Amino acid sequence: MRTALKYLALLGYIVFLAFPLVWLLSTALKTPQEMANLDPTWIPRRPTLANFADAFGEQDIVGSAARSLAVALASAVITVVVALPAAYALARFRSALNKVAIGWVLVSQVFPVILIIIPLFMVLRRLELVNTLPGLALVHVTFTLPFALWMLQGYVRAVPRELEEAASVDGAGRLRALASVVAPLLVPGVVATLLFAFISSWNEFLFALVVLKDPEVATLPLTLVKFTGPEGVVRLGPLAAASLLATIPSLAFFAVIQRRLRSGLMAGAVKG
Amino acid sequence: MTLTDVRPARAGRGPAPNRARNRDTFMLMLPALIPVLVLSVGPLVYGIMLAFTDARSGRNTETSFVGLANFGDLLTDVDFWESFRIGMIWAVSVTVLQFLASLGLALLLDQDLRLRGFARVLALVPWAMPPVVIGLMWRLVYHPDAGILNAVLGTDVDWLNDFSVALPAVILVGIWMGMPQTTVVLLAGLQNVPKELHEAAGVDGAGVWRRFWNVTLPQLRPVIVAITSLDFVWNINQFSLVYVLTQGGPGGRTRLPMLFAYEEAFRYGFFGYAATLGVAITIVVLAVLGVYLWRQMREAD
Repeated sequence: MRTALKYLALLGYIVFLAFPLVWLLSTALKTPQEMANLDPTWIPRRPTLANFADAFGEQDIVGSAARSLAVALASAVITVVVALPAAYALARFRSALNKVAIGWVLVSQVFPVILIIIPLFMVLRRLELVNTLPGLALVHVTFTLPFALWMLQGYVRAVPRELEEAASVDGAGRLRALASVVAPLLVPGVVATLLFAFISSWNEFLFALVVLKDPEVATLPLTLVKFTGPEGVVRLGPLAAASLLATIPSLAFFAVIQRRLRSGLMAGAVKG
Repeated sequence: MTLTDVRPARAGRGPAPNRARNRDTFMLMLPALIPVLVLSVGPLVYGIMLAFTDARSGRNTETSFVGLANFGDLLTDVDFWESFRIGMIWAVSVTVLQFLASLGLALLLDQDLRLRGFARVLALVPWAMPPVVIGLMWRLVYHPDAGILNAVLGTDVDWLNDFSVALPAVILVGIWMGMPQTTVVLLAGLQNVPKELHEAAGVDGAGVWRRFWNVTLPQLRPVIVAITSLDFVWNINQFSLVYVLTQGGPGGRTRLPMLFAYEEAFRYGFFGYAATLGVAITIVVLAVLGVYLWRQMREAD
């Protein structure tokens, strides 16, 4: 009896979580004729992949995806390059500044992005970087940096200090100890941070909306939002198809890290 | 083994030389922190300063310091208070409902049920989706003609354009979107509750409900405080999802504070005023989270 109730509840959750996803997939596979039908059905009567082809053809999906990719790659690399030395400094040297920095990372999560986007927009305008991809990449670096710093200093902290000291005792200089002992152990953490920064940038919408006014430089989220025009219903199929395609990179990222998420990576991040 | 080997050596070195060495190295590391200061702290400080000016979006407009004038305007701005009220309704209901739903799911996932693996993966999917795609997906669900919701319920409601239904409809999407984080964190917390406590309580004759109330919940408390606080902050600062769903409509019924600020700044060009709004929301959030941050700082030590 009790078990039956539990299964019923679990089933309820599965339905709630899954039904919008099933509907998105269903819409992506429907013909325009079926979309115009006033009696929507779960399963497409004549499933088609034409919407995916249309999505590529109609709007500048490929171009936007390429621009999103460029911005995400650039901002991920810059974020890690800037954050890694700082993360090392914060993790290794306990001081008052250390506390301030950790407090800063927490506080920066509290401030609404509007307080960052306005000054950045003014600076970008002065530098003639509005409507450019480097401008957006720079904004994304600023936006991702605090959390990346937080992640990386956690990974540095996980490398036992004794290993470094042992290497120094064996006659390796500080830099050699870093390069040969610490760096290899940090690779997984750096990769995880790169992926995090990449996905944050790939998914990001508000900054892109503010910085990129010109449709010719729009990133993927912007192009998707502008997809539905006055034509309405018939274009929902290609929109759904394009949305599914835009989800692939972050889905792949989560497929890679989901095991670690389940084992409570985030709990550690929250508890500090 | 290694621990016992290392400890005496470290203790023998003494704290004083260690501290001196640390200070030297820290001076060397300082340059590493400068880009972070320039890229991350700088814009925010600039943004806060803007709240006390009459900055406008035009290129050649003069900007001057106006003190607290913007804050005065804000306090008498009816539209702001309406947006603030909607923002609080949104943030509190999403945070609370999301927490309850996620706690239920986490408790189920912590048990030995079939379909558990499937449900766990499914529970992570919203997390892996761009907010824009989530918004578009739910627009398909809510679509008055081609949407599945009206078809299933046999209703004829324009969910996202109806004055009374739009906000609840948007809140439901907010819950759906935020459940993964909350569930994962709560599940991890549940798995850290020592099994012995449960067994001891069971031996003492406590039933399932009492064990949950007296053992699980108190053990889970720090995790609950942390995740609900974070959820609250994320929700009050939400923009993309609601922008994609309704753009703040119908008639401002879903205009969260960040949508209001976005319009003030980038539609009407009142940079200073929008920054003031940002500062005001920050003050509210900090007041709500004061206790939480204080605890975090203490733990971080």
